[in-house]
Amino acid sequence: MANGTLANEVSYLEYQGKHKGIMGWLLSVDHKRIGLMYLMAILIFFFVAMTLGVLMRLEMLTPGETIMKPSTYNSVFTLHGVIMVFLFIIPAIPAVFGNFMLPIQIGAKDVAFPRLNLFSWYLYMVGAVLAVFSLFVGEGPADTGWTFYVPYSIRSAQNVTLTTMAAFVLGFSSILTGLNFVVTIHRLRAPGMTWFRMPLFVWGLYATSWIQVLATPVIGITLALIMLERFMGIGVFDPALGGDPILYQHLFWIYSHPAVYIMILPAMGVVSEILPTFSRKDIFGYKQIAISSLGIALIGYLVWGHHMFVSGMSDTSRIVFSLLTFLVAIPTGVKIFNWVATLYKASIKFSAPLYYVLGFIFIFSIGGLTGLVLGALATDIHVTDTYFVVAHFHYVMFGGMGIMFFATMHYWFPKVFGKMYNEKIAVIACTIIIIGFNVLYFPFFIMGYMGMPRRYYDYLPQFEGWHILSTVGSWILVSGIVFMFGNLFYGLLKGPKAAVNPWGGTTLEWKVPSPPPLENFDEIPVVTGGPYVHDKPTYIMHPGKEGINTNGGPKTINQEAAL
Amino acid sequence: MSEHTQTGEITAAQAAHSEEHGQAHAHQVSYGTYFMVWLGLVALTAVTVTIAGIQLGSLTLITAMLIASVKTALVGYHFMHLKYDNIIIKVFVLVCLVIFLTFWVLTFSDLSFR
Repeated sequence: MANGTLANEVSYLEYQGKHKGIMGWLLSVDHKRIGLMYLMAILIFFFVAMTLGVLMRLEMLTPGETIMKPSTYNSVFTLHGVIMVFLFIIPAIPAVFGNFMLPIQIGAKDVAFPRLNLFSWYLYMVGAVLAVFSLFVGEGPADTGWTFYVPYSIRSAQNVTLTTMAAFVLGFSSILTGLNFVVTIHRLRAPGMTWFRMPLFVWGLYATSWIQVLATPVIGITLALIMLERFMGIGVFDPALGGDPILYQHLFWIYSHPAVYIMILPAMGVVSEILPTFSRKDIFGYKQIAISSLGIALIGYLVWGHHMFVSGMSDTSRIVFSLLTFLVAIPTGVKIFNWVATLYKASIKFSAPLYYVLGFIFIFSIGGLTGLVLGALATDIHVTDTYFVVAHFHYVMFGGMGIMFFATMHYWFPKVFGKMYNEKIAVIACTIIIIGFNVLYFPFFIMGYMGMPRRYYDYLPQFEGWHILSTVGSWILVSGIVFMFGNLFYGLLKGPKAAVNPWGGTTLEWKVPSPPPLENFDEIPVVTGGPYVHDKPTYIMHPGKEGINTNGGPKTINQEAAL
Repeated sequence: MSEHTQTGEITAAQAAHSEEHGQAHAHQVSYGTYFMVWLGLVALTAVTVTIAGIQLGSLTLITAMLIASVKTALVGYHFMHLKYDNIIIKVFVLVCLVIFLTFWVLTFSDLSFR
């Protein structure tokens, strides 16, 4: 057990508890160390999946076989999707930065269930190992695409079972993390931190966590049914046995569409953190942004059918799902307009995190608006299963969540590691990434509109120029990413020491040392105002010294006394 | 390590919760009640199996789901002690049920309109 005083004399990186060295990390239940363990694992998988993506683009450089055979291409795009979606995009911001920042932002010393938190990381690693293992055993890696659509996934001789098992286990990790965060936000907020005093990143995590808890079990059961179909032929999905393959698509997308919001809501939360910090003003429309997170989570549950417009679903359902899909644009629009309004007449300080955010707003707006093309029945039929869809979801997933993951790393890097990176190089890398991203993916919209089908190994000569341009874009993008990580890594090793609050942020993480001590706070702070107030302090960091009684949790604190 | 650090902070909340918990579970359920509920579940399973062999057309799915819902309610209410839990737990279960019902209606309405 840690001595409280001693534990807070050193940072969480230096603290030596019962276990030393690597075991001090692998057995740590400190939310910050667990967050960093997620970061390490997630970055490894990101680089693996990125390499697979680059290989796919290289294959598409010329028509016909360039560097791999058609069956290899099928496995490569499946693995690229599975690793990116399940091992990087879904867990990246919640598991890494949610774990690290959530307790600090709400004034707690850890999450509600620290041991469960560590268990979630181990589950994540088991799922990841199973996914990697599926590459080398049986008849080779799955070739179904990340959607595992039946009946092909039931009949494929490739290693579908192990890959679905990996996703199944990863789902449990996600559920437990979501559960932990919901309880943490309900029970461990600092005295005075009412719901509408929570930072918007916490609101994003809260909405995300509910989706993780309520929707992930659906994919777990669905993937388990695929395994049962393969082993026992139970006939739920297999039309040859009287099953319904469209039912599979319903069940798959009941989870996987809300999963898009699991990916994007925490990213949107970080946008709402970075903008007020670098605008030097309170965020515009705090309550609207907070409630729109819940709105997106709620409506996002009901729109899954737009992935199935050409699957043979009934016309009535298509119309209903199309209508519901358009409704999601409303809370998303609320966020975008409020973010832009925050920048209006602000004292903007341009810095790498803000550049990423501006890139995000530009790219995500393209992704969102092209989503409306896919949500409308008539236009969707024209571009379904073409590169247009691939472009759309890369603009939303990578352009949205991926770019914001980079922004998040830059924003909280000084706090997490206590070091600074080279700002100039960070901005150059950001510029290269955003240019490379658009050169890589924008041609997909054009090719898709022209009729280039997704997942095809070969193509007609008329698409060659666009494919070459796109492949060159992939090289630019990767160069930017390598440049960016190189800069961060150099900053980690040789960068100057970071101040407590290098950006002038107003939320609680900027009130504790960089890097934070093991227990985050010497005393649980008292919150007296909103999270983005720049002109007066809204936290009492040592309430004990000021004679304020904080016993009784957030609901019993006397706000007036605190003020 | 840090689980220790939680202690000071959640003591008050934990105490309140323990009190509620204690009150909520101050109940005795007889073996007879459990046995009767179990018998009910077995009977409903028998009904499900029997009905599966009868051609009810579009009513088949609804009937099966209704029986399954009654069984779920019995398990939740008695075996999982929902009957004795405080209101917030019941509200959360209700929210989950509404979400599940929404999934179900949207999915199976597709089947009926196809």
